[in-house]
Amino acid sequence: MGKTLAEKIFDAHRVDMPFPDTHVLKLDRVFCHEITTPIAITDLMARGMDRVFDPTKIKAVIDHVTPAKDSKTAEQGKIIRDWAKRNEIKDFFDVGRNGVCHAIFPEKGFVRPGFTIIMGDSHTCTHGAFGAFAAGVGTTDLEVGILKGVCAFHFPKTLKIVLEGALQAGVYAKDVILFIIKELTVNGATNMVIEFTGPVVDAMSMESRMTLCNMAVEAGGTSGICYPDMTTVDYLWPTINEEYASKEAALAEFSQWISDDDADYEEVRTYNISDLEPMVTFGYKPDQVKSVSDMTGTEVNQIYIGSCTNGRIEDLRVAAQVLKGHKISDDVRAIVSPATPGIYSKALKEGIIEIFQEAGFCVTNPTCGACLGMSNGVLAEGEACASTTNRNFNGRMGKGGTVHLMSPASAAATAITGKITNSPLFKG
Amino acid sequence: MKKFSGKVLFLDRNDINTDEIIPARYLTEITKEALKPFLLEDLSLDGFDVTRDIEEKAAVITRENFGCGSSREHAPWALEVNGIHVVLAESFARIFRQNMYNCGMFAIELSKGQIDYLFETYSRKETSLEVDVEASHLIIETEDKKDIIEFKVGGFDMTLVREGGWVGYADKHY
Repeated sequence: MGKTLAEKIFDAHRVDMPFPDTHVLKLDRVFCHEITTPIAITDLMARGMDRVFDPTKIKAVIDHVTPAKDSKTAEQGKIIRDWAKRNEIKDFFDVGRNGVCHAIFPEKGFVRPGFTIIMGDSHTCTHGAFGAFAAGVGTTDLEVGILKGVCAFHFPKTLKIVLEGALQAGVYAKDVILFIIKELTVNGATNMVIEFTGPVVDAMSMESRMTLCNMAVEAGGTSGICYPDMTTVDYLWPTINEEYASKEAALAEFSQWISDDDADYEEVRTYNISDLEPMVTFGYKPDQVKSVSDMTGTEVNQIYIGSCTNGRIEDLRVAAQVLKGHKISDDVRAIVSPATPGIYSKALKEGIIEIFQEAGFCVTNPTCGACLGMSNGVLAEGEACASTTNRNFNGRMGKGGTVHLMSPASAAATAITGKITNSPLFKG
Repeated sequence: MKKFSGKVLFLDRNDINTDEIIPARYLTEITKEALKPFLLEDLSLDGFDVTRDIEEKAAVITRENFGCGSSREHAPWALEVNGIHVVLAESFARIFRQNMYNCGMFAIELSKGQIDYLFETYSRKETSLEVDVEASHLIIETEDKKDIIEFKVGGFDMTLVREGGWVGYADKHY
C-alpha cells in the first residue's frame, strides 16, 4: 500500500511515538504572531526557560492589530519584539515591514514542500498549498514548538478532493472552497488532512491554492495540502534560486512530495465544478452557503477585501477590474487591506490602489484587523459586511454583526450596488 | 492534577465556536485570569444567560464539534479560570480538544446516545459531575438520580492530564 503526501511528511519527521497514534514530529518552521505568542513567552520566562530551539526556524510577525491600537496591544507587540531580539530571531516583521502571517511567510520563501509547520493560528493550514504539512495549534503546542522544535499529532488521515472540469469566468478559488465546505459541513474533515487535486487545482496559481487550503479548517481539517509542481517552483523561485541550479532541479526535488497512486485515503470525493457559480455564506457558520444569484439583493453596510484568505495581489487585481470606472454605493463604506507591504507596492505600481481610492475605498496598511473585529473596520450591532475573509461566526467582525463570505470579485460588485451582487466578470 | 468535579453547565447546541467561548476583542489580554468575566459572552443559545448560568460551574456538557474555529487557547483558559476543567461532547474540533489536554484538562467524547440521555435526564435539574481518573468513569448525579458512565481517553491525553500538561512532559522527554 502506498502513502499519502501527509504520511510521507510524517515518516520523514517522526522523532517519537510515545503512545499508539501519537506521532511526535520535528518541526521545520514555527511561525509566531503577537496574539497567541506572548502568553507562551511569559510562561517560558516564568519557567526559567526563555530560549528557542533554533532561531533560524522561528519566524515572527505583528499582524493582528498593527500599528498598536491601545496600551494592551502595544504591550503584546513589545513582548514579542523584545523576545525576538533577545533570542536572535532575525526574521521578525515589525510595523512597516509586517503583513498578514499567512501571506508574508510564503512571500518570503519560508515555506517549502515537505515541511512541517505550526503556528498559534487556525489558518496555518494555508501553507499546505506548497505541499507542506501545516497545522494551527494552541499556545501550549506553540510554546513547546518554540522550546523543543517538536509537536505531537494523530495519524494524518487524508480526505482527497478531486476537482474536475474548469472554472467558469468570474468564478474563483474562494467560490470553490465555499462550495466544498458546504458539501463537507463544518466538521466533515475534523482530524483529517484535505488533499486538493485534479485539473482545476493544477491550473490554479499559488495564490488560489492558498485560498483553497486556507479554509480547510472551516471544515474541521488539520491541514489543506496540494502537490508541488512548476507553479510552486515559479512562486518560490526568487527566494530559492541560489539553492538550485535550475527550476527543473528544484522541481525534481520537490516532486518527492506527492501521494502514491495506491495511497490509502480515508475518503475520496470527486466534483466536476464546470457549472459552479459564485458562492456566498448566510447565517453564522461557514457551511451555510448559497449561490450569489440566490442571495442577490441582500443589503450590506460594509465591504471588506483583504485577509489571509483573499488579500493577495491576484485578489486585488480582480477587485480592481470590477471597480475600475465605478464608485461604491452611497449606502456602504468599503475597506481594502493589501496583505503584505510587497502586495501593497505591487498594487501601487499597477495603479490598483488608485482604482480603489477613486471608487471610494479606504486603503489600510497590511493587517488582519477587520477580519476578526480587532481593529480597522469593526461592525456595529445589526450591521452586515460583504467580506473576502474566512469566518462568518456570530459577532466575528463586531458584536451583533453579520458577515457574508465571498470572493473579491463578488465583494467589489457588492460595493458598487450596496447589495450582494454577482460581478460582471461572471457571465453565467 | 486539576480538580474534575462540581456543577454542570448544559449547552444544548452543535458547533459552539471559539469566538463564542471567548470573543476576539478580549485576545489583547496577556494573562489567563483577565479572561474570566468574558467566558461565553457572545454565545447565541436560547435560554442561556451569561450573567446567571456560569457561576460555580465545573463542567460543560454539550453536543457536536465544540470549540470549532480559531486556535486560541484563550477558549480553554477562559473555561479554566472559571473553574471548568472538563467538557463532555459528542465531538470536538481538533485544536480545541488538544488545547484542553495540553492544559491538563478533559475533553471527553461520548456517543450521541449518551449525550442525548444526559440532556434528557439531567439538563433541567441542578446536576453535578465527577471524573474518576483512576477508574476512567464519570459519576453524574442529581437529587433523585445517579449514573456511572465509562469513558475512553488515549494514553497520551491521559498522561497530559496526570502530568498537568504538555510543557512539562515535553521538557522531560525531548
